[in-house]
Amino acid sequence: MAEPKTKYDRQLRIWGEQGQAALEKASICLLNCGPTGSETLKNLVLGGVGSITVIDGSKVEVSDLGNNFMVDESSVGQSKAKCVCAFLQELNDAVKAKFIEEHPEALIETNPSFFSQFTLVVATQLVEDSMVKLDKICREANVKLIFARSYGLTGFVRVSVKEHTVIESKPDHFLDDLRLNNPWPELKSFAETIDLNVADPVAHKHTPYVIILVKMAEEWAKTHGGSLPSTRDEKKQFKELLKAGMVATDEENYKEAIEASFKVFAPRGISLDLQQIISDSCTEVDSNSSQFWVMLAALKEFIVNEGGGEAPLEGSIPDMTSSTELYVNLQKIYQAKAEADYLVIEQRVKNILKKIGRDPDGISKTMIKSFCKNARKLKVCRYRLLEDEFSNPSLPQLQKYLTDEDYSVAMGFYILLRAVDRFTANYNSFPGQFDGEMDEDISRLKTTAVGLLSDLGCNGSPLTEDLINEMCRFGASELHAVAAFIGGVASQEVIKLITRQFVPISGTFIFNGIDHKSQLLAL
Amino acid sequence: MSHSTVQPSRSRDLDKLLLRPGNLVAPTFEPGTQLRDDLQEYVRILVVGAGGLGCELLKDLALSGFKNLEVIDMDRIEVSNLNRQFLFRLEDVGKPKAEVAAKRVMERVSGVNIVPHFCRIEDKELDFYNDFSIIVLGLDSIEARSYINAVACSFLEYDSDDNPREETIKPMVDGGTEGFKGHARVIMPGVTPCFECTIWLFPPQVKFPLCTLAETPRTPPHCIEYAHLIKWDEVHSGKDFDPDDPEHMTWVYTEAVKRAELFGIQGVTYSLTQGVVKNIIPAIASTNAIISAACALETLKIASGCSKTLSNYLTYNGVEGLHIKVTEFVKDKDCLVCGPGVLIELDTSVTLQKFIDMLEEHPKLFLSKASVTHLGKNLYMQAPPVLEEMTRSNLSLPLFELMGKVPKDVVHVTGITSQNDSKRSCLRKLRVVFKAIDGVTDMDMAGGA
Repeated sequence: MAEPKTKYDRQLRIWGEQGQAALEKASICLLNCGPTGSETLKNLVLGGVGSITVIDGSKVEVSDLGNNFMVDESSVGQSKAKCVCAFLQELNDAVKAKFIEEHPEALIETNPSFFSQFTLVVATQLVEDSMVKLDKICREANVKLIFARSYGLTGFVRVSVKEHTVIESKPDHFLDDLRLNNPWPELKSFAETIDLNVADPVAHKHTPYVIILVKMAEEWAKTHGGSLPSTRDEKKQFKELLKAGMVATDEENYKEAIEASFKVFAPRGISLDLQQIISDSCTEVDSNSSQFWVMLAALKEFIVNEGGGEAPLEGSIPDMTSSTELYVNLQKIYQAKAEADYLVIEQRVKNILKKIGRDPDGISKTMIKSFCKNARKLKVCRYRLLEDEFSNPSLPQLQKYLTDEDYSVAMGFYILLRAVDRFTANYNSFPGQFDGEMDEDISRLKTTAVGLLSDLGCNGSPLTEDLINEMCRFGASELHAVAAFIGGVASQEVIKLITRQFVPISGTFIFNGIDHKSQLLAL
Repeated sequence: MSHSTVQPSRSRDLDKLLLRPGNLVAPTFEPGTQLRDDLQEYVRILVVGAGGLGCELLKDLALSGFKNLEVIDMDRIEVSNLNRQFLFRLEDVGKPKAEVAAKRVMERVSGVNIVPHFCRIEDKELDFYNDFSIIVLGLDSIEARSYINAVACSFLEYDSDDNPREETIKPMVDGGTEGFKGHARVIMPGVTPCFECTIWLFPPQVKFPLCTLAETPRTPPHCIEYAHLIKWDEVHSGKDFDPDDPEHMTWVYTEAVKRAELFGIQGVTYSLTQGVVKNIIPAIASTNAIISAACALETLKIASGCSKTLSNYLTYNGVEGLHIKVTEFVKDKDCLVCGPGVLIELDTSVTLQKFIDMLEEHPKLFLSKASVTHLGKNLYMQAPPVLEEMTRSNLSLPLFELMGKVPKDVVHVTGITSQNDSKRSCLRKLRVVFKAIDGVTDMDMAGGA
């Protein structure tokens, strides 16, 4: 076996050892191992998930050879689950792979408790009726669930979990936490020890912009009744003052200060997103609350008390032009403040745990530290039960999507993907599944779709003939490239749910393989 | 799902798309078994790169109705490839990627033929690339993309109204990934922007100023780059640093740690050292699968017309939820690469040697070490030595004579271009016009690039 650290190097750089450990602990169940399901698992097996269980009751047919890489000619007539499982095992011997030759629909009907053993279930190519049933089973058993389906040039991925909370959301671009608009006493007094008008030109151009801005902001406040620049004119003036502080044109630190001056102008306090999370009713914790919500309750207390309206300091600073000494000292000041904030939160967490009758040391220091460092980036994702969305979708959203140019095709596919399941419940085959019935199927599908829309409270058919025709042309085909795309998206969402890093999709992802204008629909 | 009762066929699913008429398709789409057979028999696709994207692409294309595939890659398999390059196993480490990838796909998908090429993309003659219907790129370097782009654009010819000749358009489909992000694009040279038209989409990597490394290091990467770029040369005079030599890497790491301690900087690790020195781009299986699938689907659409094509640039970001955006970029009409070609006006007496010297000074080209071909004939080749010797005598002959005394024509030149301090292989198409030859009017010169 290869040294796992080397083998997984390129992904460890993304989700770290903790993320990897979570993956290696996870047990994943796959329902139906056509190309969509197989490709989903392939990406997870390569990444090193703990175990997989492949469930499929069908035998490999010749037509499977045309779209599924995990079966070959020697597999024809054999259990598809067995063949796919054998191929997947070949990809990574660290993964425990097993299969069960059974139809997922039958398992859902007869053995619902079966699913509770898994961390996560990936359900592919199921029709609506089975999806709704499985959704309830997994919700009840607190098992994470992802639906994926490929259908001609369209398809969807839908996450279903009661609640998913994220500490390490790792956003791409996020404003650093420098507090230039609200410096704490230690930062201020450090800034006071530094003279911006130092005569030595080398020292002058190596004063970090953080210091420049803290000092200039303080000076400004003194002459402006304690407030910082807020109007356009004031901001312009402030930047002019910075420019006037330069003694040479090549002073990168001053250029950085001018560029970063918006950080002085930014409003104090926490973001709207965080305000929303701390006002969630889950912050009223009890003995059953998750660690996340316990820490959140502590955070809420911190913000109104010690934080003075701010979250705990993140504690890291970006690179900036500076002498090594000033930069390192500045780093220490930020780290010390972050450490102090963390200690306060930790104490509050302990108190809360005691109050709700749990072990005061029940949440690890590492966890609380990470929570504090990421306090500004916390995410809470909740998903409606499929049945609720299907029977009672958000009508205003639905109307908006249907008429919005960017969303109408995706919304059309969403409706049609549901309509084909109604169709098959009535006619025992998917529209266009067989040649020779196309014209009849097109008009039947149209009637079915219109009926579905009117059941949802949407009258008149805004679906175009072109889209309905295309859907019939697709004839329930599972094209390999589409399955690989959908499987790729599904596996990515699995990774986000398991590692608890990054942010999973918030609605139903609709793939549009015609012009690639795929969309997320929140209904 | 219900089972089909019709005759079992390997292409059951694909047939729905290829055999049935549709409304949202290309104007050229002619559904039928003929189309399916033609895709198998006549369409030839080159996959450039057999790495994370290349492995996926070969599988996706082999299962999208294509039977004639070739793949080119100069790399050998490494252990760190195994988390995503699913055609490779631990026992394959050290073997050429192209060869193993081709073999594995052929083993599983019968009837597909994949020819591997274990070499640099620059090692192939231009004619090699002209043989393919579509070129699909699964690369991680801007230089390699730029080179293939220039090759594909070099086949493009313009008619007298400066419109691209349809039959000379060599379509490219390009994919790229980094972590949870990626892009897929379709390039129709002369019609949609080529790689060079939108080169600004790939900003050059930011390098640390040497004075920061030497005098005011602040971060772990500063310490690592000091050890790598400054200290190594000071200590190992004349010995090149080899990033693949673990001893070299360990030396840089140890030096970086010492420097970090000296300045009170925290956070130098071996893994970070490797990442900084080798400029490692994080990569995962799921993103590669998504981007490759989009590229393979577009390849199928270009070849068959079975649906509209991507117009023309897709960006994908899965960090926070999932964002897919399609942007229709426009081409740069003055592009040196996909435009009609740089116009060069010459006296009939100019020798090939003088012409080559001129290219080095040319304000748009800065092209050194030039090899010149005309209508597929080598006029002068810098390498290999056999060809150099064979063509050396041409250097003293007038280009006019070497080109068969035509008043104007296109020549292809490969060489090294140096721009903004960086050197790279390039291929340029030049429109050579000889002065004072009948048939050349001022009008022809006016539209120069």
